[in-house]
This record gives sequence, structure tokens and C-alpha cells, in this order.
Amino acid sequence: MSYDFSHLHRFPGGLRLASHKDLSTTRPIAHLPLPRRLTLPLSQHIGLPAVPLVEAGERVYKGQMIAAAEGYISAPVHASSSGTVVAIAELPIPHPSGLSAPCIVIDTDGKDEWLPTLAGVDDVLQRDPAELRNLIRNAGIVGLGGAGFPASVKLNTGLERRIDLLVLNGAECEPYISCDDLLMRERAADIIAGLRILRHVLNAAQCVIGVEDNKPEAMEALRAALAQGPDEGIQVVAVPTRYPAGGEKQLIQVLTGLEVPSQGLPADLGILCHNVGTAAAVYQALTRGHPLVSRIVTVSGDGVTEPCNVEVPIGTPIAELIAFCGGYTRDVRRLLMGGPMMGIALPSDQLPVIKTCNCILAATDATLAPTKPQLPCIRCSECAVACPANLLPQQLYWHAHARDLDAVQEYDLFDCIECGCCAQVCPSHIPLVQYFRYAKTEIWDQEREREKADLARLRHEFRLERLEREKREKAERHKQKRKALDTPAGDDDPRKAAIAAALERVKARKSVADEVPRNTDNLTPEQQRQIEEANRRRAAARSHKADTDNGAQD
Amino acid sequence: MDFPTPSSPHLPVPSRVARMMQLLMLALLPGILCAWWVLGWGVLINLLLAGVTAVAAEALVLRLRGRPVLPTLTDFTAPVTGLLLALALPPLAPWWIAVLGTLFAIVLAKHLYGGLGYNPFNPAMIGYVVLLISFPREMTLWVPPASLGGTTLDLVDSLRLVFTGALPPNLGIDALTAATPLDSMKTRLGLSETLSEITSSPLFGNYGGTGWEWINFWFLVGGLVLLYFKVIRWQIPVAMLGTLFLVSGLFHLGDSDQYASPLFHLFSGASMLGAFFIATDPVSAATTTRGRLYFGAGIGLLVYIIRTWGGYPDGVAFAVLLMNMAAPTIDYYTRPRSFGHKG
Repeated sequence: MSYDFSHLHRFPGGLRLASHKDLSTTRPIAHLPLPRRLTLPLSQHIGLPAVPLVEAGERVYKGQMIAAAEGYISAPVHASSSGTVVAIAELPIPHPSGLSAPCIVIDTDGKDEWLPTLAGVDDVLQRDPAELRNLIRNAGIVGLGGAGFPASVKLNTGLERRIDLLVLNGAECEPYISCDDLLMRERAADIIAGLRILRHVLNAAQCVIGVEDNKPEAMEALRAALAQGPDEGIQVVAVPTRYPAGGEKQLIQVLTGLEVPSQGLPADLGILCHNVGTAAAVYQALTRGHPLVSRIVTVSGDGVTEPCNVEVPIGTPIAELIAFCGGYTRDVRRLLMGGPMMGIALPSDQLPVIKTCNCILAATDATLAPTKPQLPCIRCSECAVACPANLLPQQLYWHAHARDLDAVQEYDLFDCIECGCCAQVCPSHIPLVQYFRYAKTEIWDQEREREKADLARLRHEFRLERLEREKREKAERHKQKRKALDTPAGDDDPRKAAIAAALERVKARKSVADEVPRNTDNLTPEQQRQIEEANRRRAAARSHKADTDNGAQD
Repeated sequence: MDFPTPSSPHLPVPSRVARMMQLLMLALLPGILCAWWVLGWGVLINLLLAGVTAVAAEALVLRLRGRPVLPTLTDFTAPVTGLLLALALPPLAPWWIAVLGTLFAIVLAKHLYGGLGYNPFNPAMIGYVVLLISFPREMTLWVPPASLGGTTLDLVDSLRLVFTGALPPNLGIDALTAATPLDSMKTRLGLSETLSEITSSPLFGNYGGTGWEWINFWFLVGGLVLLYFKVIRWQIPVAMLGTLFLVSGLFHLGDSDQYASPLFHLFSGASMLGAFFIATDPVSAATTTRGRLYFGAGIGLLVYIIRTWGGYPDGVAFAVLLMNMAAPTIDYYTRPRSFGHKG
């Protein structure tokens, strides 16, 4: 199947938002001086946390794997600079729950020394895709757009079904965020090279890079990089700037007109979508051997003095990043990881930058609103008009508010992507997304409880069944025995036959034991005496054993 | 440094309920001024009575319910209800008509159901229908348009009549009142007069009733302003007016002596006010995009049926209330297909 991008499609709803991207796009990507301490959470991705491979006190190189992937959906963690592991401990991480999680803490030694054994792969495009997938997995690459799904797992979906179209997501639709924009402008060649590798791994016929049309420089850079290669079937397509065009499902719909099935994956349509940053990371990992140890972070908002994009070692404290960008402005009130529509509010800047951190937004009350009490819903349905998933947020709110968890599922709560469009247009400023998250969590909790109850019930039923079976078997044995006792003894008595057989066996054993021992010629008298003694002991033991054996037979 | 951690999205969201209501009142203004010019001071007296009663009643009920009074009062939904009801009242109705109707609308139709956002019926129309059924005589005290040169009352006489019932000397109430064009149309069609005979009367203008066609025109202008500022969406008014036009057009084509023209229907009575300002009340209307088309079409159809064959000259209030009843069902059957689901 081949796609034509000369005619684009529309996703339902969506918003035109003030982009505020020029705050951070005027300067090139800066490099953060090496922080003194790095905090690397074991879980920076979707899936199971990684398992530490190092111990406190151990010296590590930059790029050394310090925690291994655990299970299929997981990703390893690498030291982002050389130094000494000083602790493996529960520390606060940037996560909506605000909870602490296990982290590896490294004190850097300032040398920033790469692991000497790291090396790229020659002739990447000639290698076996399975080998490349493995290398990508070992490089700890996760989706850098913000979700953090392990990239190799996504690539594996190409094993089960044909992938016709590989989409690189360079839409970057959220206000303020510009890290992908700058990456495309400055490192377009890396992205294209990464795209070629991904395409090879997937054996995808067609590739497209979707970029929102408010990034002309980025598109130009990508096209220039493309022009240098012999690529066919790779296209850069400008998609209309409309939030959330950068959502995976929305971008696919804009480009192809297809809807990713509910509860399904793009792979169900033969499509796979990766972020441009992920492609660049794949290139770094395969051609230079460098695992994912740094990323570009947009530091923006009116709460920071000099907004810009910075390449940051993973694990850098956010406070240091802010300080690098000139520190906070006077009225800063809010700190976010991610954009203003879907980002999470951080309680403090003493948290590390993680793989999925595309933006740190520091803002005053003028840009990011302090919460105010909601007004009653007037059922105006502007939320439904804005919803890119075609849901009825107002009905969902109504049922979520009433804790009617069946009804919210009936209204397809789980197709909500939490983009925030509905809440943004609500004239009564009802925090709709918050209600939906609450309902989802409640349902998940219920589900877990139900599973637990099911398990307990199952276990209980098994136990009852076992007891019942044992009782039955016991009764059966008793019955058999009683039957056996009741049967009058005769020639065909099975008991007699059994006894006879046992006697036969014993006799056979005896005859073997009575065999003449070998190597008994030319014995010294002393040896002869010892043998006779041993034979005597053996005979005594045998007669004793025969007694007890016979006793047991009765 | 410590920061608060509210849930996303984080961009500021302006409170737009109050702004919507303010815009709605502004958009009513051209129609109100025109009604004042055509029907006299009684229009403004009704508006004032109903507006003040609505605010007072809302404040009182909020106090009784132990709700914050000021934040709710300043959403301006109560005065809007009052104004819409007042515009449906005859100009010379005694003062207690406006007061009673508004009290009923705010206290019973709105707050007894839980206040803003919870009322299944349009409060203003409930108030109007209660008055229409309970006080049919007072509800017919309409006046002829001023341009016809009949007797008109000045402000002082109007106030005296409304508040004390005292008529100016040498004037009977019959000299002051007249049937509305819709009423006259209904009565005379019932007397087997032909349409051309009826519309040759000075009560009828170019396509609607004299004066009334202009009131409707200015409500139409106000409605377009609401559409422009996205206070309302187009589905309900377009579906309602379109259906009214279509159905009346079909009957008019079939027998142009028995059935009034589509333009007469569009520019008479409460057609425009109803289409843009009353049927679009979001709380009691259907909420899905497709559902709103059905909802509006239903109102248009019912208005025509009531006007043509029903017991009342106009049918907007009944049509709106009947469709309010149907709104939840319409919503249920017009749910959009969620993203990624098969039709």
C-alpha cells in the first residue's frame, strides 16, 4: 500500500494555540557544563524499571550500562558521564505521582570518559535487522517525544506484520517546546541517517517526516539533508499547525486519513511512528556506539531569564539547568516538565532530567494559570467540538462526577488521550482532564481488585477441590482394601502371587551376591583372612536383612 | 524552590459564562430597541420588572441554598432569563405578570432542579407557559404597532396602567390593544377568509406583520452577532428556521390561500428571538452536533404545527419545551463515533 501526501486530512477538533516557540528558537543548542552529580532513575520509560548492574563505590565510564532492562517492555540505563557510583537509593523523580523511586547516583569525575569498548557498527544498512534491534535495545533508546516507550519494542511490532509506512514525528505541537525544531534545524543529517536505519530495520517501503508548518527552517534543513542521499520514498510533509497534530494518532490521521483502532496500535494499520529525536538517537547508537546518555531540553517560559535549548546529560538536576539559563525571573510561580497542555507540574527543581523530559517550563501566573474554582457545566458542548478523539467530554464529566464508572466506559473514556483541549475551551473552566484521569485510575484500581479477588477465589476453589479429591481418594483406597480383605484366599490370590514374586527377587539378589569375587588369586594370608572376615560380616548382615525384608513383606 | 502541582492543562482558561451572557444581552439590544419603538414603553417596563425580579429571586434562592451569592449572580444567567421572558410578554400586562413569571422561572424551573446547568427545561419558557395557561386574558394585552397611528401611551401613562391598572381618561382597554398579526392570521383563517384578504389589512407589512417584521429582523441581526462571537453554534437556529421555512413553504405552495407564506412565518411572533436566543439555551438543548440539528428541526416543525393547527397563535415556547423533553433521547441516539471505533 502506498500513501500520497499531496492531499492531507483533518483530525476532529483540536485547537489553535499561541505557540510561544520563538522564545527559545533564537539561540542554537547550547551544551550544559558537566554537572557534579547525576541522578539516574531506574524507570525513565514505560515498562518495568531497569535492574542495577553496579554497586555503590564502583567507578563507571560514560556510556556504561549501569542498569539492565528487566523483561520485554523495559529499557536499560547508562551512565551519562564517568565517575563513581555513590548511592543506589529511593529519590524523588519527576513523575505525576510525586513519589520517590530507585535511582543510581553518580558523582562525576570531570573527565567525561567514554567506555573504551563502545564502537559503532559498520555497514549498518547491510546488517540483520534483528541484530540492529538488539543494539537499539541495549542503547536504552526510548521514545523521546515524551511518552518514553522503549523504541526496540515498537520496532518489534514490525516482526508480526508488514509495516508499509514509517512516520517520523517532527510536529511538536505543544506551545513553548522547540527541542525537536532545533534538532531538525541543526542535526537534520543525523535524523535522516537514523530514519534510514529504522527503515532498514522495519523493511518499510515508504517514509514520511511530518512537521508542523510553523517550522519552515526545520523542513528546509531536512530536505537539504535528504537531497544529499539517494533516498526514494522519504518525504518531508508540512502538516497544518493545530494542537494536537503531534499526537501519534492525530499525525497518522492527518497524513493518511486512517484512524488507529481503539485499543489498537498504528501497526494494526501497517504504520509505525517514531519521534525525530528517537531517530537521531538511533543513529548515534548504531554508527557511533553511543547509548542514550543525553538529550535536548527546551528551557522556556517567562519564569526563566534566558530561554533556550540545551543538550543535557540525563540525570542532571533541573535546578542546574535553570541556573545555566540565567536562573528564574522574579515572579516565577510554576515549574513544568513538558508543555503547558500535557506536561506535569513539578513540586521542586531538585529533580533530575530524564529521557522523556523534552521541556522544562518555568512560568509566572500570567502565563500559567493558578487554579480557580470551577463553575457549573452549562452543557455548551464546546468541549465536544474541541475533542480530537470525537468524545463527549461533557457527558464523561457528568458520569465521572457521579462516579458512574460503567457509564464513562460506555462513553469511551479510554479513548481519551488527555490532550487537554476540552478543559482549555470550557467556559466554566472545569478541570475535565483531571476528572478523566481520576475515573481511569478508579477503573484500573477496580480492575486490580477484581483480579486479586478472582485469584483468591480461584485459589480457594482449588483448595476445596483438592480436599475433596483427597477425601475421595482416601475413601477409594479404604474401599479397595476392604474389598481385598473380604475376598477369600485362593490360588489366584493376588497377594500370594505378589509374595512369590518378591521371594523370587530376593533369591535373584542373593545369587548375585554369592558370586565368587574376582582378583582373589595369589592373596597373602593376611588378605585371605580379611576377606573371610568380610564375608562373615556380609553373611551376618544378609541374614539379618532377609529377616527384616520378610517382615516387611507381611 | 517549591511549586504547586495542579493537573494539566496549565494554560489559563478565561471564565466565559459571564462574557457569553453579557454578549447575549448586548445582542438582544437591537431587537429590544426596535420592540420599544414599535410596541411602546410597556416593553421596557416588562424588561426592567423581569430583570430586577430575576436578580432578586436568584440572590434569595442562592442564600436559602447556602450557595455563594455574588460569584453566581455575576454569571448574568438570571437577568438573561428575565429579559427573554419579558420579551415574550404583552406590553400592557399588569406588573405582577412579569414578576410572577420570572419568579416561577428562576425559583421553580431553575433552582428547584439544582440551578444553572441542571434545569431540563428552558426556565424563561416555563415561566411564559405558566403565565399563558394561568392568565390567558392578561397575556393577550398586545398593542398595535405605533406606525399604524393608533392610540399609544407615553411613559407615565404606561407606568400607571401597568402598576395600578388605571387607564387614561376616555380610553377603554380595547382602544389600546390589538391582536398580533399571528393571532389575527389564525382567527381570520378560521373564519375562512383568504390569505390575500387577510394580508391586505394594515396590520400586515411587506412579508410579516407590520412592525413585527422589523423586530424579528433586528433579533436576526443580534443572532448573527452571537454566531460571529461563537456564543452559539449555527446548528439549532439554522435547523429551526430552515424547517419552518421548508414546511410552511410546502403548504403555501400547495394552497397559497389557506397557508401563510414562509417569510411571514420566519418574521412573525417569536421566530427569530426563539431561534437565536431561546432554543439555543445550551443547558436544556441537545448537546451533540447532529442532535442539535434534529433538536432545531423539531422546534421548527412544532412551531408550524402549533401556529397552523394548534390552539395558540404562536408556538415557540411550547415547541422549545417539548423538544427540551426530547433532548436527552436525541443526545443518546446521536452520539458521534469515537475516534478509532467502527461506525
